[in-house]
Amino acid sequence: MRAHLTRRYMFSASHRLHSDNMSDAENAATYGKCNNPYGHGHNYVLEVTVSGPVNDQTGMVCNLMDLDGFVQHEILDHFDHQNLNTLQEFAKSVPTTENLCIAIYDILQRGFRHAHLEKVRFEETMMNSFEYAGGRELRT
Amino acid sequence: MVYLTRKAEFSASHYYHNPQLTAEENARIFGKCNNPNGHGHNYTLEVTVKGNVDPRSGFVVDLKQLKDVLNREVLHAMDHRFLNKEVPEFLTQIPTTENIAIAVWQRLAPKLKQAQLHRVRVYETPDLFVDFYGEP
Repeated sequence: MRAHLTRRYMFSASHRLHSDNMSDAENAATYGKCNNPYGHGHNYVLEVTVSGPVNDQTGMVCNLMDLDGFVQHEILDHFDHQNLNTLQEFAKSVPTTENLCIAIYDILQRGFRHAHLEKVRFEETMMNSFEYAGGRELRT
Repeated sequence: MVYLTRKAEFSASHYYHNPQLTAEENARIFGKCNNPNGHGHNYTLEVTVKGNVDPRSGFVVDLKQLKDVLNREVLHAMDHRFLNKEVPEFLTQIPTTENIAIAVWQRLAPKLKQAQLHRVRVYETPDLFVDFYGEP
């Protein structure tokens, strides 16, 4: 039997939305308050969904210790309490939550071997959320 | 096609243990969840059904019937129970969130008449949930 398991995590980080490919006026018009040169921060909620057959021996899709350990070492330790603009993931892209979704998805896709990665979901605030499934359509 | 989701809550205790494994393996794989005295959670259940809207009633499903089936088949069996000892499925399977979602599906699917079961979601805590879509 195949099941999907979702785990929620939280980290806090700052960012500034600014594109070097736009003029100052275009940046201000596109990003509004998010273009403030000093940056601002969010408490990001990250949801990771993995899937796979439920193992007969353990009753699990994957051991939470493995998922929590990977996310802690490879994601939270790297992103929590950082300025996203200073990280190598955003050296060439704007740290929007769209791009953050893709960056985190790629880290999991490259390194997490204990279950199939379905999707990554982010809540930037309680009012907006973003999901990325590697370019696939989302499941209802 | 319209999807309808009904929520329910139940509280239960459980522990994780596989008698085919050694005590050391059980402790390594299941960690704190291996405590044989059990521990508990407030589970939240979301049952999603799908179907076409009946032109006469305007319903996908009669919510009262869905609620009755949910109460009878799932909540009555699992609420305020020690899952390992009191729920038949978990005498032979480990009551992980995955297996609870599968058990809920298997209890509900044959009893739902109007609408088709689409998804069972079980929250063990607000930060951990499992979805089961009836996939083999």
